[in-house]
Amino acid sequence: MLGTLRDAFGPLVEAARDIAAILVVIAFFQIIVLQQPFPDLGKMVVGMSLVLLGLAFFVRGLEIGLFPVGDAMAHAFVRKGSAFWLLLFAFALGFCTTVAEPALIAVAGKAAEAAAQDGMIQAGHEAMQDYALGLRLTVALSVGCAIVLGVLRIIFNWPLHWCMMTGYVLVVATTYIAPHEIIGIAYDSGGVTTSTITVPMVTALGIGLASSIRGRNPVLDGFGLIAFASLLPILFVMVYGIWVTA
Amino acid sequence: MQEMASLFAQTFLDTLFDVMPLIIVLALFQFLVLRGPLIETFRVMRGFIYVILGLVLFLMGLREAIFPLGEVMARQLTDPEFIYGTADYLVRATHWQDYGWVYIFAFAIGVSTTLAEPALIAIGMKAEQVSGGAINAWGLRMAVAIGVAVGVTIGCYRIVTGTDLWLYIIAAYVIVIIQTQLSPRMIIPLAYDSGGVTTSTVTVPLLAALGLGLASSIPGRSPLIDGFGLIAFASVFPIISVLAYAQISERLEKRSRLEKEG
Repeated sequence: MLGTLRDAFGPLVEAARDIAAILVVIAFFQIIVLQQPFPDLGKMVVGMSLVLLGLAFFVRGLEIGLFPVGDAMAHAFVRKGSAFWLLLFAFALGFCTTVAEPALIAVAGKAAEAAAQDGMIQAGHEAMQDYALGLRLTVALSVGCAIVLGVLRIIFNWPLHWCMMTGYVLVVATTYIAPHEIIGIAYDSGGVTTSTITVPMVTALGIGLASSIRGRNPVLDGFGLIAFASLLPILFVMVYGIWVTA
Repeated sequence: MQEMASLFAQTFLDTLFDVMPLIIVLALFQFLVLRGPLIETFRVMRGFIYVILGLVLFLMGLREAIFPLGEVMARQLTDPEFIYGTADYLVRATHWQDYGWVYIFAFAIGVSTTLAEPALIAIGMKAEQVSGGAINAWGLRMAVAIGVAVGVTIGCYRIVTGTDLWLYIIAAYVIVIIQTQLSPRMIIPLAYDSGGVTTSTVTVPLLAALGLGLASSIPGRSPLIDGFGLIAFASVFPIISVLAYAQISERLEKRSRLEKEG
């Protein structure tokens, strides 16, 4: 009984610590800087309790669900010894979780609107939808390729910082020739691709692989998949921008 | 009450739509390719239900309490009437010093939302676990949060002054490359990863509101070119701050070891 209680309250206390800062910031700006009353205190309290409960559940779910599955699947792929299926899995994981990502859909829609306003594409509804869909597919493709590259890095033991520096050089070079309008969106798309549910899964996969391949260190080789997934979309989106305006 | 129920239903559908592709990919590969029995099926399923339920409640709470207020704040703080005390701002040139509260807000929002970011909590947990406690989850997250805050503040300064985005990003990359040579090797992959995880559920909507509000209230800024881009700052600067955190803790450790010996 005591154990269950601790299981239930431990995460809640941690969650409270995690969101305390947001409360302080919002209260400070609302009361002292903007000098306005809180619009609806009851709603605030209900909302914050939901956030608290939600975080506690999420963390517990990671511990008993997502992390063990990612780990177990990574071990199973290594045991199976087929690089083809592992890489296909890596691509599917990256592509499928990104293409339906709501944050990406929102950003792509806004980017299409803005591009139409600036006359980069035609203002019609169809042209905008094509552009937004193209952007989404580009980003999803890039994340799929990124996870594949990241897994290859773990298998072949390439040093991560050399991969990243090569990536940076390519990004900088492409920035020179990419149309001006696409650059902000391209750099942003690196950030929005990795959602709350993909990150733990991909991390667990990487660490699982690194700990089941002999001679790899989980800390040194297990992390780094997300790094690829945030760099490659920048490159791919700029190339898409060049291709659309060409 | 009814409003809450419909908000719950809507958020639940959104989250399910978000999680479904992952579950389908996992299930397909588990049952068709790997074909082994899933470890502790019941426990794992409970875990996935917890994750989905947790995200739904979390998002609901954010949409109820934080987002509307945060977005209104971002708009009010970037409103020329607040900044100059008059709506007649077109006659004045834009001075970056006038936007003091915007920078402070950007910094504060950067730190506080990053600390609440679930994806970063996940990375912190994993890092502490696999490093055997050598990497402290809370310290790592604090380092990332400060990186995001500094990045977003500089990003706001950039929007106000209207300088080119790529200049800043390239300068940041150069710093990252130099730091990479000087940092303990163990932290490097983690540092590069933390750049990508900082910006998701909590941070992006508020940053987007701030960036777009700022870009549309300053004459001569285009929301397309200038409004986007804050997220880019929030993804590069945490790499710098996490590497710096590792460098500083390594140096402190060395010094205390020397003192003990000497």
